[in-house]
Amino acid sequence: MQTIYTDLLCIGAGLAGERAAVEAAQAGLGVICISLVPARRSHSVCAQGGMQAALGNCAMGEGDSPDVHFADTVKGSDWGCDQEVARLFANTAPIEMRRLAHWGVPWNRVVPGVHTYYKGGKPFKKQEKKEHEGLIHARAFGGTAKWRTCYASDGAGHSVLYTMDNRAAQLGVAVHDRMEALSLIHDGHTCLGAVVRSLRTGELVAYMAKATLVATGGFGRIYRHSTNAVINDGGGHIAVLDTGVVPLGNMEAVQFHPTGIVPTDILVTEGCRGDGGTLLDVNQERFMQIYEPEKAELASRDVVSRWMVHHIRQGKGVPSAYGDHLWLDIRHLGQKHIRSKLREVDEICQSFLGIDPVRQLIPVRPTQHYSMGGVRTDKTGAAQGLKGLFSAGEAACWDMHGFNRLGGNSLAETVVAGGIVGQTIVEYIQGAEVSISTRTVADAVQRDQARIDALLQGRNGMENAYDVREAMFDVLEDAAGIYRNGADLERGVARLQEIHARARRIALRSNGLGANPELALALKLPGMVRLALCVAYGALNRTESRGSHTREDFPERNDRDWLNRTLATWPDGADLPRLTYEPASKVWPLPPGDRGYGGGTIIPATPTTAPAAGE
Amino acid sequence: MARNLTFHIFRHNPADPASTPHMDTFVLNETAAMTLFIALNRIREEHDPGLQFDFCCRAGVCGSCAMVVNGRPALACHTKTRDLPESVTLLPLPFFKLVGDLSVDTGVWFREMYQRVESWIHTAKAFDPSKKEARMANATAEAIYELDRCIECGCCIAACGTARMREDFLGAAGLNRVARFRLDPRDERKDADYFHLIGDDAGIFGCMGLLACEDVCPKHLPLQDQLAALRRKMAGTALRRTLPFFRDVKKIRKK
Ligand SMILES: Cc1cc2nc3c(=O)[nH]c(=O)nc-3n(C[C@H](O)[C@H](O)[C@H](O)COP(=O)(O)OP(=O)(O)OC[C@H]3O[C@@H](n4cnc5c(N)ncnc54)[C@H](O)[C@@H]3O)c2cc1C
Ligand code: SF4
Ligand code: SF4
Ligand code: FES
Repeated sequence: MQTIYTDLLCIGAGLAGERAAVEAAQAGLGVICISLVPARRSHSVCAQGGMQAALGNCAMGEGDSPDVHFADTVKGSDWGCDQEVARLFANTAPIEMRRLAHWGVPWNRVVPGVHTYYKGGKPFKKQEKKEHEGLIHARAFGGTAKWRTCYASDGAGHSVLYTMDNRAAQLGVAVHDRMEALSLIHDGHTCLGAVVRSLRTGELVAYMAKATLVATGGFGRIYRHSTNAVINDGGGHIAVLDTGVVPLGNMEAVQFHPTGIVPTDILVTEGCRGDGGTLLDVNQERFMQIYEPEKAELASRDVVSRWMVHHIRQGKGVPSAYGDHLWLDIRHLGQKHIRSKLREVDEICQSFLGIDPVRQLIPVRPTQHYSMGGVRTDKTGAAQGLKGLFSAGEAACWDMHGFNRLGGNSLAETVVAGGIVGQTIVEYIQGAEVSISTRTVADAVQRDQARIDALLQGRNGMENAYDVREAMFDVLEDAAGIYRNGADLERGVARLQEIHARARRIALRSNGLGANPELALALKLPGMVRLALCVAYGALNRTESRGSHTREDFPERNDRDWLNRTLATWPDGADLPRLTYEPASKVWPLPPGDRGYGGGTIIPATPTTAPAAGE
Repeated sequence: MARNLTFHIFRHNPADPASTPHMDTFVLNETAAMTLFIALNRIREEHDPGLQFDFCCRAGVCGSCAMVVNGRPALACHTKTRDLPESVTLLPLPFFKLVGDLSVDTGVWFREMYQRVESWIHTAKAFDPSKKEARMANATAEAIYELDRCIECGCCIAACGTARMREDFLGAAGLNRVARFRLDPRDERKDADYFHLIGDDAGIFGCMGLLACEDVCPKHLPLQDQLAALRRKMAGTALRRTLPFFRDVKKIRKK
């Protein structure tokens, strides 16, 4: 077996992982990023909309400031976020956008003069200032008081990730692609690296490091329908949960986006509805105005998704080979608008559905989109529970998103958190003396090798990996989707416990040699079911509705009892996670109040539970 | 609708001593809006769980899923089966190292390419976090983005005659990368510096200009224009390098 030593091991080479890697490499440390795919294929590359930072350069962003960005973020989180972190984030984002410009991102820039823009399908005028010519421009996004989202045409994620990877290459950061972390190497106190399986040869490699960063992105692929890349299956979260000592935060907070296309769940942007697109049912009739007379299609993501599912449940969905869906209609916006302002939507429809959105309806349904939950860290990015372990990006619960994240805030988080956590890691490594017990390493590798051997020899049982995965998908869809209730969740948790047992009895049907995909799935599935249990069990216990977590039987946001964050750990050999709770925030510069959208009632905090006023 | 599709798929697992390269056949019932992404996953789930292929975004933006579809390099995720005949032949991209079945190693090749063309902004300026960003014309930003859109799928290289003949050829993707940095005012490199990187047969002078690359590029990058412009610039730079000789030629002509 091969052993590789380095100062910093980044598990994940998306934006968060590479931003932290760059920080450490600049400080002269040795850094290796491992990734399932070449760095530039990481999911960060898919983000099109852009990233939020209060630069205030454009006309519609005038008067913007980190204060306004902070307030939008806290409201967006439905007061579930850590307000110290939200503040740090809002303050740092403008600097990071400028740094990215310095490194090579072709941000769109302010063009002075009068320009037309659309709102609710109607044209309006705005005037860009001469003195701001050539500064970074911004576009509108949901839930923000100002136009604050910096963008590079329709490929912000692509441009930023390519630029970051260029910078990493320049600094000599090594990226080992087609390498999958299976478990963390630790002694119960300190993290020492990871056991990694080569997706070329199937061999195990031990990566030993003074510091380990988990930046593995979201775990959307525990759901059947997700906008996420197919690699976003929670491998990093599983490794962390399996330490038994590091908690995952707010796993029940899962965001759904109203318009994933059917059948492949590729996202078509919120801009369709923003520009005046409508949702239709099986009779080609609008329905959102029935449920939300005022905002209709333009209610927030969680609200629209909720009503769509409700409407399908009323038997108004359009049946298809891939299940029931609804229609998105943008035909009335006209060819000119669609081919220019919604160019990307046009391309997706033509390339993936073979339909022309100028003349045809787009089949859509709400789809899993973002994981607010993740590896619980403090505000510096250090994970709870193990020294030398850090996390950043979508994988982390840092936690600036609380129970709902705003569009454009995630991509910005990856670089802001990557920079801050990278700095923490540099300080940690410079002060750290790590002694590595060869015994601990050998034991960790041996454990994973034994799992592989058992699968290769078919010693576990007769279960088919794909069937087990389907069963998990079914339960999450039934119990832990957009609407949740106690009875379904209770049944779901029980079923997931059975599926967890089945996942441990998988037999391979192929030979498992080399980069065998069936073996990769078989190794991961028990962990994926454990993540599903963290989601479902966390949701069962949280008897309120907050942000994207909606309980039909507890429709109120309950600040009296639930102004807190769920922490889930998985004790060795357990068949359920252990849940504990901590206050959502240590400080409350913005005391809990109404979000200003989405409606719903709030049970206020009582004098004894009210958070102390902020500094 | 409801055709039966026959897939002929290249198979070889280099990690299995018993494996030899061969073709396997699978039959699937076609469904509405089926893509090769859906078809290959169904083959894996229903017929052969060991089948190796790469998808990641399955949305045409990450570049993972390039393969040769009925003789032509293409992204499998945005190939609809209804645009294909009933018989579909799938081969891995040539040129890149085979990982197994339809999966090839583009990552290592592209990483070496970045090092070769030094794919980053070369500047003497340090970043100052206390200052506003340097200004740039929006038109310049958009022009850079247009070339930045390459998704490193490898289709252009798989289709390229020169790449078939020389392993060290930079390919359209590598040359396009140089064009992207030449365009960027933040990069302080001069043509002489670029000549040093690409001024030979492994670079721009290896390109025969037949433009198979542009035909297959799924992002429709303007490769033709970029390669032609680079060839002109680099030829000019070559001429200036041999300036003493060049002057002599002029003198002789004058006479
Ligand atoms: C379709 C879509 C559009 C989006 N658009 C926007 C937008 O416009 N604005 C915005 O702010 N946000 C957007 N988001 C969200 C945002 O893109 C992501 O949250 C963000 O890019 C995550 O970055 P990351 O660095 O944390 O992880 P990723 O970019 O997902 O990187 C994860 C890395 O970890 C590696 N990895 C995973 N598991 C393992 C393992 N077990 N071993 C080794 N390596 C592993 C992967 O290979 C990869 O390199 C969008 C998301 C989607 C799905
Ligand atoms: S034009 Fe040049 S790079 Fe493109 S395919 Fe032909 S030889 Fe290759
Ligand atoms: S230039 Fe086009 S074909 Fe070549 S790698 Fe880039 S996107 Fe693919
Ligand atoms: S899977 Fe990403 S381009 Fe096809």
